[in-house]
Amino acid sequence: MAIHTNAPILETVGLRKSYGAHEVLKGLDLSLDRGEVVALIGPSGSGKSTFIRCLNMLEMPTGGTLRFRQKEVHPGFRDKGEQIGIGTLRRHVGMVFQHFNLFPHKTVLQNVTEGPITVCKTPRKEAEERAMHLLGQVGLSEKHAAYPNHLSGGQKQRVAIARALAMQPEALLLDEVTSALDPELVGEVLAVIRKLAEDGMTMAIVTHEMAFAADVANRVLFLDQGVIAEEGSPDQVILNPQNPRLQGFVARFHG
Amino acid sequence: MTYHWDFQSIWPFWDLFLWGLWISIVYTVGSIVAGILIGFLTCAARLSGWTVLNIIARVYQEVFRCTPLLVQLLWFYYAFPLLVGGSIDNRVAGMLTLSLYVGAFYAEIFRGGIVSIDRGQREAAAAIGMSPWQSMTRIVLPQALKRMLPSFINQSVIQFKNTSLVSVISVADLAYMAAVVNGQTYRPLESYTVMAGLYIAMLLPLTQAADWIERRLRVSD
Repeated sequence: MAIHTNAPILETVGLRKSYGAHEVLKGLDLSLDRGEVVALIGPSGSGKSTFIRCLNMLEMPTGGTLRFRQKEVHPGFRDKGEQIGIGTLRRHVGMVFQHFNLFPHKTVLQNVTEGPITVCKTPRKEAEERAMHLLGQVGLSEKHAAYPNHLSGGQKQRVAIARALAMQPEALLLDEVTSALDPELVGEVLAVIRKLAEDGMTMAIVTHEMAFAADVANRVLFLDQGVIAEEGSPDQVILNPQNPRLQGFVARFHG
Repeated sequence: MTYHWDFQSIWPFWDLFLWGLWISIVYTVGSIVAGILIGFLTCAARLSGWTVLNIIARVYQEVFRCTPLLVQLLWFYYAFPLLVGGSIDNRVAGMLTLSLYVGAFYAEIFRGGIVSIDRGQREAAAAIGMSPWQSMTRIVLPQALKRMLPSFINQSVIQFKNTSLVSVISVADLAYMAAVVNGQTYRPLESYTVMAGLYIAMLLPLTQAADWIERRLRVSD
């Protein structure tokens, strides 16, 4: 399939999510273009985590459309005709979680090679070489034989990023990846993400780190009560907010 | 009061003890193997999204967990044949009941182990494109099995002791044979002490192994 440089990698049209009668996402439109970094900010309960989890269907949307490289994603695991399945979507769109979710029964290296070997059927040797390279990039080569429980939070999160990158994803979804870290460990993780952004990785980032979002994102979306309440460049949204609720929200972080 | 121990008088019957012990082992191993299969299927039914399967599995589990094994043995041997017409071999009734009994407990141990694994593990597996099957076999089960192991061994130790109840429906296990030897020799103290000693000899290594495994698993966490 030809790659259109300006075509969105991920796209949602009128995406909705309800839990019973409670509607969390009320029709969201997003287009995540290649090489773009989009930051999702908003108060807790605004639906930003639910939204990013809908982008790889860890949460099943209850309405609207999700497209990956212009192909509609349907809720089954396998591809179906023109539509692609969740399995294909997730193989190409990585995710990093707030609580790392490393596999505790596997070493750091095995955590990183698990996806390529099990899902992509990459030969072990090749997968391990790529994994060691990635661990080097996140500064953890010497920890490859350690088990996750022996790592600090910041180290765990960097392994989790390497694990996602090992799948050679076309986009990365980062869901509050520094929220569970001790403050002094946040910097090392943000540095890795900043480097990814510089290298052109397409990313959607849910974050509370306003300065970081302003710095690294091309575009910022302010979610409030299940809708995109404001959208624009970091300058517009974070430094110069118009929406009164956004002004209040941003002020709390500068306070 | 002084009692004169006289193991000499029961010595001629040593082969009965050994045969009984063998039968006990056969019923234990047989019912554990069948119980693992039943437990696995029941656990799968409980975890499946199908309401009907779920209800059937739960009813089975609660019936067998909430009635004494002795009652189940009597029911299957004496009552069940009347229900279906005909008769049931006591060995079949014994093995069947033991298997269904332990299967109900195994199912709960398996289920508990699987649901105790953090949801994030399954999400992380899904997020790298694993199928539900890959996620279960490569990520969830290896962790869950480790957590299940102590309870599983414990339940299996109990199962070995529980096989002694099949003696009430005349299956010639160790307990039954001890009673036979007592009937022949009028030496209850010797007969039943030898029986108890044989149970200990079988189970002590198992409980020690279980403790050792549990300690090792804790260290590797």
